[in-house]
Amino acid sequence: MAKHKTPLLDQLETGPWPSFVSDIKREAESRAKNERNIEYQIPQDVCEDLLGVLELSFKQGRTHWKHGGIVGVFGYGGGVIGRYCDQPEQFPGVAHFHTMRVNQPGGKFYTTKFLKDLCDLWEFRGSGITNMHGSTGDIVFLGTTTPQLEEIFYELTHNLNQDLGGSGSNLRTPSDCIGQARCEYACYDTQALCYNLTQDYQDELHRPAFPYKFKFKFDGCPNCCVASIARADMSYIGTWRDDIRIDQKAVNAYVGGELAPNAGAHSGRDWGPFDIQKEVINLCPTNCMRYEDGKLDINNRECTRCMHCINVMPRALRIGNDRGLSILVGAKAPILNGAQMSTMLVPFIKVEEPYDEIKEVIEAIWDWWMEEGKNRERLGELMKRQGLQKLLEVTGLKPDARMVQEPRANPYIFWKEEEVEGGFERDINEFRKYHQR
Amino acid sequence: MEYEEAKEKIVEGLKKKKGKTKFYFNDLAKILDEKPRAAKKLITKMIEEQVLEYWSSGSTSLYGLKGYGKQAQAEEKE
Repeated sequence: MAKHKTPLLDQLETGPWPSFVSDIKREAESRAKNERNIEYQIPQDVCEDLLGVLELSFKQGRTHWKHGGIVGVFGYGGGVIGRYCDQPEQFPGVAHFHTMRVNQPGGKFYTTKFLKDLCDLWEFRGSGITNMHGSTGDIVFLGTTTPQLEEIFYELTHNLNQDLGGSGSNLRTPSDCIGQARCEYACYDTQALCYNLTQDYQDELHRPAFPYKFKFKFDGCPNCCVASIARADMSYIGTWRDDIRIDQKAVNAYVGGELAPNAGAHSGRDWGPFDIQKEVINLCPTNCMRYEDGKLDINNRECTRCMHCINVMPRALRIGNDRGLSILVGAKAPILNGAQMSTMLVPFIKVEEPYDEIKEVIEAIWDWWMEEGKNRERLGELMKRQGLQKLLEVTGLKPDARMVQEPRANPYIFWKEEEVEGGFERDINEFRKYHQR
Repeated sequence: MEYEEAKEKIVEGLKKKKGKTKFYFNDLAKILDEKPRAAKKLITKMIEEQVLEYWSSGSTSLYGLKGYGKQAQAEEKE
């Protein structure tokens, strides 16, 4: 028998999708039974009370969570988010219900042992409820009490070899795609770069001193599996600067139906025979491809690395050999001024250890944003407020046509007087010699 | 700036601000009149010595004098 009646939550379970309500109920039941005789360090009925407080919120149309807190682990300003319930008598199990963000492994590669250890730790010292993964990519532990925080942190760092992630006005947990570990499209080793920057910027990750959050995300190719272009303040997207490699025989094998397009991903239904003109050539955003007399031609100078042709015919088309990454900056979700995509800042940079060139760009941007950014202003908003030209100035980068989205759309590059030979002053008499009034 | 001088400035500066107990990093850097990176070093030491404490909403981080404010009292009781 459930501790609280939850008719509104029960209704959520009737939809076609897996329900978080069912998940929490299962965990509540498992904690009540406690078949493994765990010495729960926080109230055994925490999940029951979580359901209870949520039901009450639905009924009243108001939240019962208080905002934020001072709790954390010693020396860290992020990784723990204090959450308290404002109905502690009615729901004592969730009087404290702090969130812990744990840095996810690179590319989210787990061993089953590591997953089990994480779950065992969280059953023992927390609610047992996790969010795998939060939108920044972290392993999110939902709900524990203040005395457990240091214990969990000790266990994570000493025995599981894992650190807390970022929260608040910090560098957030850097996240990456699976990269070269599993993916032939990856143009650089996303995990190596992600790990190196995570280690190098520990101070920025754990001690908040930025105007607001700052996110790094690493995508091995422009397919952008971690959506860096849409949500990272600094997106690192793999690219190449030579030509797409073409295997003409394999192209014709796709055309002839011997190879399944999209590696067979859409084979659940009969879409008819593969039509290269309709499904590839006509969909190229820059019209830089043609297929004639059994031969595929690509005008690589016009290619914008949309990846569509490569995704459809992976056996025939491969990424180029001269690989590196593009750095784009300023993406954010819509809080102020709507959502923003990243803007191209460095069109191509080689990815070579110890990544000094990349770090130079990062640190120049941070210095500017830390000094000029207003409280709670994301990098993308500062770029809008002070202009891309200012960003180029602080990073020492030269303006490049590839930074302009389309002609006459971003008129933000102006000449300064010292950059113009002879300055802006002119001799009016000399001018009048050639031009009538 | 020497650490002890910075500490004095911060403690005095923050106590002066009536009605507020949580401050942005920029407010502290302004009191110290230092560039952000130099200010951060001093402020981190004040956190280590527990002169200051972090407060986090989850999305934003603020700083306060340790033990000041309603929340500090409420949370410490628990």
